[in-house]
Amino acid sequence: MAFLEINEVRKQFSANIVVKGFNLGIEGGEFLSLLGPSGCGKTTVLRMVAGFESPTSGTIRIDGKDVTNLRPNQRNVGMVFQAYALFPNMTVAENVAFGLKVAKRPASEIKSRVDEMLQMIKLPHLADRYPYQCSGGQQQRVALARALAQKPKVLLLDEPLSALDAKIRVSLREEIRALQKGLGITTIFVTHDQEEALSMSDRIVVMNEGRAEQVGTPFEIYNHPQTPFVANFVGTLSVLKGKVLDAASGRIQIGKSEIVASRKLFQANAGDTCSVALRPEAAVLENGHAAPTGHNRLAGVIDDVSFLGSVVRVRVKIDDNAISLDTFNNPSAVPPQPGAPVVVSFTPNDVLVLDGSR
Amino acid sequence: MKQSKIGSWIAFIIGTLYFIVPLIGTFEFSMRMKRGEYSFEAYRVVFSDPNFQQTFLYSTLMGLITIVIGVVLVVPTAYFIQLRLPRLRPVVEFITLLPLVMPAIVIVFGYLRLYNSSSWIPLTANARATDLLLAFSYVTLALPYMYRAVETGMRAIDVRTLTEAAEVLGAKLPTILFKVIFPNVRVAILSGAFLTFAIVIGEFTMASLLNRPAFGPYLQLIGANRAYEPSALAIIAFLITWACMGLINVFGQARQMKRST
Amino acid sequence: MTATVDMTPPLPAEPGPVPDRSSAPKNLAVGQKLWAWLGVAPFFVFALMFLLLPTVYLLVGAFQDADGHFTLQNLADLFTPTILSAYWISIKVSVASALVGAVIGFFLAYAVVLGGLPAWLRPTLMTFSGVASQFAGLPLAFSFLATLGRTGLVTVLLRDLFGFNLYGTGFNLLSFWGLTLTYLYFQIPLMVLILTPALDGLKKEWGEAAQVLGASQKQYWTMVAMPILFPSLLGATLLLFANSFGAIATAYALTGSSLNIVTILLYAQIRGDVLHNQNLGYALALGMILITGLSNGTYIWLRGRAERWMR
Repeated sequence: MAFLEINEVRKQFSANIVVKGFNLGIEGGEFLSLLGPSGCGKTTVLRMVAGFESPTSGTIRIDGKDVTNLRPNQRNVGMVFQAYALFPNMTVAENVAFGLKVAKRPASEIKSRVDEMLQMIKLPHLADRYPYQCSGGQQQRVALARALAQKPKVLLLDEPLSALDAKIRVSLREEIRALQKGLGITTIFVTHDQEEALSMSDRIVVMNEGRAEQVGTPFEIYNHPQTPFVANFVGTLSVLKGKVLDAASGRIQIGKSEIVASRKLFQANAGDTCSVALRPEAAVLENGHAAPTGHNRLAGVIDDVSFLGSVVRVRVKIDDNAISLDTFNNPSAVPPQPGAPVVVSFTPNDVLVLDGSR
Repeated sequence: MKQSKIGSWIAFIIGTLYFIVPLIGTFEFSMRMKRGEYSFEAYRVVFSDPNFQQTFLYSTLMGLITIVIGVVLVVPTAYFIQLRLPRLRPVVEFITLLPLVMPAIVIVFGYLRLYNSSSWIPLTANARATDLLLAFSYVTLALPYMYRAVETGMRAIDVRTLTEAAEVLGAKLPTILFKVIFPNVRVAILSGAFLTFAIVIGEFTMASLLNRPAFGPYLQLIGANRAYEPSALAIIAFLITWACMGLINVFGQARQMKRST
Repeated sequence: MTATVDMTPPLPAEPGPVPDRSSAPKNLAVGQKLWAWLGVAPFFVFALMFLLLPTVYLLVGAFQDADGHFTLQNLADLFTPTILSAYWISIKVSVASALVGAVIGFFLAYAVVLGGLPAWLRPTLMTFSGVASQFAGLPLAFSFLATLGRTGLVTVLLRDLFGFNLYGTGFNLLSFWGLTLTYLYFQIPLMVLILTPALDGLKKEWGEAAQVLGASQKQYWTMVAMPILFPSLLGATLLLFANSFGAIATAYALTGSSLNIVTILLYAQIRGDVLHNQNLGYALALGMILITGLSNGTYIWLRGRAERWMR
């Protein structure tokens, strides 16, 4: 049995079904992200784990105990909000101490625990400051310390980095992950930013319209997306439109050429139109050397070259389609020129079939 | 926060009763003029009283004059403070808060001492001059609300950008003020104007001490001498206040709707 | 008598620093500044003539005797029984109407903002509060006389329907408590108008954060919400106090000179020098300015504090 179990949870607001049949098991110490666009239900799922919303049906168990009908103040979970939610009338130290004070712990225990937490987030010098005197990043770290002070069983974070500057977001991201690993606390992290989810999580749940589209490690989600939505939402793709020639061997006609896709087209029949997609790092420009046999090769013309620093993004027009591919910057080589004819190659395994595949 | 709603309903109902019952009571009382039956006799007496008509007219006129003076004072000030003299803002804010800090009776007492017939600006020397003084005292009363309304309106339309856009198109200051700024803060001015009107119509202290034939002193006279007419007047006053506030809301809504188009 | 009501929303936070306009040609910038000064001049002249000078005149006069020499005698003369009792009654009425108004106003505002009532009740209450807070003075006095006077509707109904003789219990509208009750009609709405934005400012997340940290409703209110609201609550109560202290018209129409409050005393003094000493009137005014000034000044300071916290 997993540490945190969400079983067949459904949430309905009047006529609106916001979460549909959600099932998830989270292991102890795991960092799991709920990733999806606005309105996909990820925050609702988090709030049901916290206890702010009651599931219309289904159960939630934490460490073997059924908490579905418990109030938030009985569940021993910690929560960090997008807007920090520090109490403005209390100093940083008083904020961190709040949960312990409410639980009527002895004063000495409170003091030592607060000091410990402030050390952990590396802000002991802010103990007597008020929230309005602290920056956004500092406030969020204090919110984290406050949530962890009582050693909760589960840590819940609701888009905690969305309100912060880009630079702070990246550094705080690493800090949160390091803290979580050090404490070994089971964590659910809600975000709409795929970079955050990919870089921080042990596993990701990609959600869409109230449903979990795919659960997997960042590697699996990115490289083996199981639905078109996941493929489109995570990372960038070039989409090619073509026609199925033979479902069994995976042959597809793109423009005037033919390519092979390893992942079988189970429900497609010959003659069906389909869409295939390529990650930008999968396609390669042939520089004079032909690709090994078995690789797919498409001939086209360079349309646009964007210099992005360490990466050079090249767009190649292939008849009616276009492929965007990334190559590493090479200072000693001549960059590709718009208008030059090139051949793009990629392996059959790189081809993500968006329609007609399982 | 899932609160029990019963307490809220109790509070609301008690509040409603406290506020509605006096209105009902007043209306009922005002209908009692003819012995034994309900009628609008009190209202008929009031409306046909020449004093009512004169004093009401006087106060209405005063209200309009106050509004005009107020707008002329406040709009350019709010404009220039926001645009060119932002450092004076705290001073202006302090000034606009003074009338709220000082009771009206103290203010008019000051006027009487400072501007009476033996001072160097004898504003109480004759009736017209006293009318002017009364208007100025009303402007003082209404200043905080008028200024706040106009300043909020100007903030909302970003006067700086509008002025720069107009300047680049070749407009000079008077054109900018009258053709660009005024029309856009019209709604804010209107809401300040209605509030001013409500204040002026019912005002008693200043008009009484300055001995002018305004609606307030008339109310006091009727209250001291008649039985049923005061209630009728109270209902009339309430309806006027309600109308003013309602119009503020209506124009406020209209502005919100214009924004969303 | 007008009530001091903040109808328009509280001032938004200070805008950012003004960009440096010195890049404009020198003479253009000077010309613009000149016009600006001219534009604000009428306002300042008005403020000088009709706000600052009269106040200063009164304040100076309070320290002068009939011949214009400096004296503290006027202040000393304030401490006569009549005048002291006038101040005392004024303060009592103001404290009573402020405290009762604050408590009832708080519960009303709470009911409508956080109490889970239907959403359409709130704008109704707000509009009505806006009207009621201006419905002061003579019309209000007439209203209460018509309702709770000896032949008022409620008095009569209580007698005819419940056999309850209101005036038999010693209640009299023309008294301290009658006046306080009447004052509540504009004090409560004023409280509602000021407190509603403050209650709005109580972020939902604070309540949720407190819950998730283990706090009960009661603990949330005592440890978080009330401390946050306290500056606004106290400030609003002070505003109500000053509002009541400076009111005159309602009292004049209701209790006349039977209830000797400071404003009525000053009114009589201005009309007919009942104190037989011109400058004593100035001293009276000075006392009033001090009390309302202190009260309102504290309100404004508290409001600034509350806004700073809410950033």
